[in-house]
Amino acid sequence: MTKEKIKELEKKANDIRQSIVEMLMEAKSGHTAGPLGMADIFTLFYFHILKHNPKDPFWEERDRLVLSNGHICPVLYATMAHAGYFPVEELKTLRKLGTRLQGHPHREYLPFVENSSGPLGAGLSQAVGMALADRMDKKDGDRFIYCFMSDGEHDEGNTWEAIMLAGKNKLRNLIAIVDRNNIQIDGYTEHIMPLEPLAEKWRAFNWQVIEVGGHDLKAVNEAVEKAQKILDKPTVIIAHTIPGKGVKEFEGDYKWHGKAPNKEEGEMALKELKEIGAKLIAVSK
Amino acid sequence: MLNPILKLNPKIFNSDVEQVPIRKGFGQGLLLAGEADKNVVALCADLTESTQMNLFAEKFKERFIEVGVAEQNLVTVSSGMAAMGKIPFCSSYAMFSPGRNWEQIRTTISYNDRPVKIVGSHAGISVGADGGTHQALEDIALMRVLPNMDVISPCDAIEAKKATMALAKTDRPAYLRLAREKTPVITTEETPFKIDKAQIYWMPDIGLAQVGIIVTGSLTYRAILAAKELEAEGIKTKVMNLSVISPIDAETIMALAKECKAIVTVEEHQIRGGMGSAVAEVLAQNYPIPMEFIGIQNLFGQSGTPDELIEHYKMGVKDIKEAVKKVLKRKI
Repeated sequence: MTKEKIKELEKKANDIRQSIVEMLMEAKSGHTAGPLGMADIFTLFYFHILKHNPKDPFWEERDRLVLSNGHICPVLYATMAHAGYFPVEELKTLRKLGTRLQGHPHREYLPFVENSSGPLGAGLSQAVGMALADRMDKKDGDRFIYCFMSDGEHDEGNTWEAIMLAGKNKLRNLIAIVDRNNIQIDGYTEHIMPLEPLAEKWRAFNWQVIEVGGHDLKAVNEAVEKAQKILDKPTVIIAHTIPGKGVKEFEGDYKWHGKAPNKEEGEMALKELKEIGAKLIAVSK
Repeated sequence: MLNPILKLNPKIFNSDVEQVPIRKGFGQGLLLAGEADKNVVALCADLTESTQMNLFAEKFKERFIEVGVAEQNLVTVSSGMAAMGKIPFCSSYAMFSPGRNWEQIRTTISYNDRPVKIVGSHAGISVGADGGTHQALEDIALMRVLPNMDVISPCDAIEAKKATMALAKTDRPAYLRLAREKTPVITTEETPFKIDKAQIYWMPDIGLAQVGIIVTGSLTYRAILAAKELEAEGIKTKVMNLSVISPIDAETIMALAKECKAIVTVEEHQIRGGMGSAVAEVLAQNYPIPMEFIGIQNLFGQSGTPDELIEHYKMGVKDIKEAVKKVLKRKI
């Protein structure tokens, strides 16, 4: 990935962050910290890694991206809109009656998403099922099944059931990305339910584990390339992110997990993001 | 008399009537469905033989997934396979699936509209000696309340086989409820089975029926025995096999209700929320008439032989007959 590409993606991620703040302000409810924290990774996937076609969303050969922690869907919707799946203007309908952009993704309303989600701990196992189906059909060399998941949902037993099954079946076409932002609704993960040593736990279940900084696009991209090359194991990329990334007042504070910015907070956030965006443009020129 | 059009088992009233566990029919049906369509896959949570999935697993090793004792994973992995075009049948005991993993079924299968076929074996009190923890008496209620979920509770092994094959051809999520114990074979290969059509198995020789008995699952045999004895006592009944509880065949239920003006429902399940409640929902809104309910009366089960338990919890032939006589007196 060239430096120019990285700059282009960082600019795109900044646009997406602005969209996230705008849609949450308009919706007056929803999750802020997770979507802002994952904006870089979503951008990297939808604008660089994923084999997909927004003009032909049901293209059979596309990679599959399962979002497990559906509550961060503002970043999914914003990224999909910017990628061309639907008009960016539609983002303002988030959480309103009749919208395709439900508070948590529902495939019946927005068929471009691979799965309905919200209740935690069930995404990885759906991705495992997809990877198993592709292996049965000998398509596991052709495309990858990605699962984006949260650190908090490691509290769910279902998550570990899925991790165990994927390890047993050596699903090399399955790549999980854990948003390791250290927060959940009630507080910091290590206070609520300690997860560390998280990498060692995954490794013990026969996964390849790669830890990266989640805002370092080059590093995340290299981790995915490494994951794609391994032949006998599924891979988890533990991406260390900053919840609320891009808006200093939101960063690292668990209180922003589940609330939307009010008008004042939102305008402050947008101003900050626009300043960052302007610098990104200046650098790329 | 047995409905002559349906070609039911002519030996049904013989003492040596053939008895086969309903779950066995599922095992045979799954094998046939697997032979007919390579997209049929099977998943099991460490109960392959007792849910009769072993026939499929042995023949189609590469299309069988063992997930271990993990029912939440069982249904969610199935959802993922369905997303890639597979037709997954996933089995466990009804107490654990849908008993333990209901929310995963709701979100990833029903709400997510993935055509997974959830197979719950060992349903009902007739599980017997294993006791109350293993007797699923709430599963019909759990599954019929879900939008976008067919619910089928076959009356015998042959119907279970046909239901399994039919489910492999639908693109809807479904729950198939199976009993563990041997049950007399009521139907034959020629008996019609349709997901959208309930059938009248027993009818008066001549004239109209005075009471309609609507039954689902393994108690169908007892309901027919009760109807036969009642006929000898001069009470005319019709017995409807409502094996498909959802989508409910309101038309056939209404026709029976209008003829009899009194209904008894019979099921090996809690009365609250079960098949009888589903029938009551149809009748209360369209044609309110007296009803009696045979089923578990807001209790948990216990250890015992299947026959002992059926009698103890008042679901035997005698109890069905009493309910018919009671509802007859209540007729307006």
